[in-house]
Amino acid sequence: MLTIDEATRDAIVAHARRDHPDEACGVVAGPFGSDRPSRFIPMLNAAMSPTFYEFDSGDLLKLYREMDDNEEEPVVIYHSHTATEAHPSRTDINLASEPNAHYVLVSTRDGAEVEGAPIDFRSFRIVDGEVTEEEVRVVESYEDDVPDTTQKAED
Amino acid sequence: MAEVRIPTILRPYTDGERAVPATGGTVAEIIDDLEANHEGIKERLLDGDDVRRFVNIYVDDEDIRFTGGLGTAVSDSATVVILPAVAGGAAEFNTAVGAR
Repeated sequence: MLTIDEATRDAIVAHARRDHPDEACGVVAGPFGSDRPSRFIPMLNAAMSPTFYEFDSGDLLKLYREMDDNEEEPVVIYHSHTATEAHPSRTDINLASEPNAHYVLVSTRDGAEVEGAPIDFRSFRIVDGEVTEEEVRVVESYEDDVPDTTQKAED
Repeated sequence: MAEVRIPTILRPYTDGERAVPATGGTVAEIIDDLEANHEGIKERLLDGDDVRRFVNIYVDDEDIRFTGGLGTAVSDSATVVILPAVAGGAAEFNTAVGAR
């Protein structure tokens, strides 16, 4: 399951709408091992294409260096599909190289690029070519989000 | 010896190490030395005589695509960074090689 705060979810959707009809892409970094997407980092789609995205290789190096320095990892890697469903394509699956990340897909097809329109926002694990969809839980903020284990401890 | 930074997806080849030492005067020699100590890794980096399309290699922060490819010189104190591309999209990309 992906747990993500509302503001970050909204920022991903806004980025996808802004770049439509090109694909938008980016990362939400979080402290190593936390599984908490905390730092929203929209990236430039160097391919500037409606059917392909790729981080610029220089931006990619900077991004990973920054995350290393901050002891972060890419908790979410997101991109948009602009004319097809919010599901990993064969290309997405072949190129997925972060087995620990949540791969978020947003689809801006069928008028979903308009602000306020309903929009598909889905999350997947992609490990060794295997795709597994997972639940997305949107929380107002991580501070109010008490993990289950804590609740049990208080009982 | 140069230091080579290994991305998560290739750490199974390095017993989980995030960085390993390697010797060689060029990127090609560094990769051969990596292969000698971490068998199988070369295949993940190269497609024949070229670096795979969706693998990025940097020597001292420079993408080797712009500095002479596999012939790029590597000094004894260099840092070599390997990063898989973050890429994808709706299009079927037949030459996609990615992780495998």
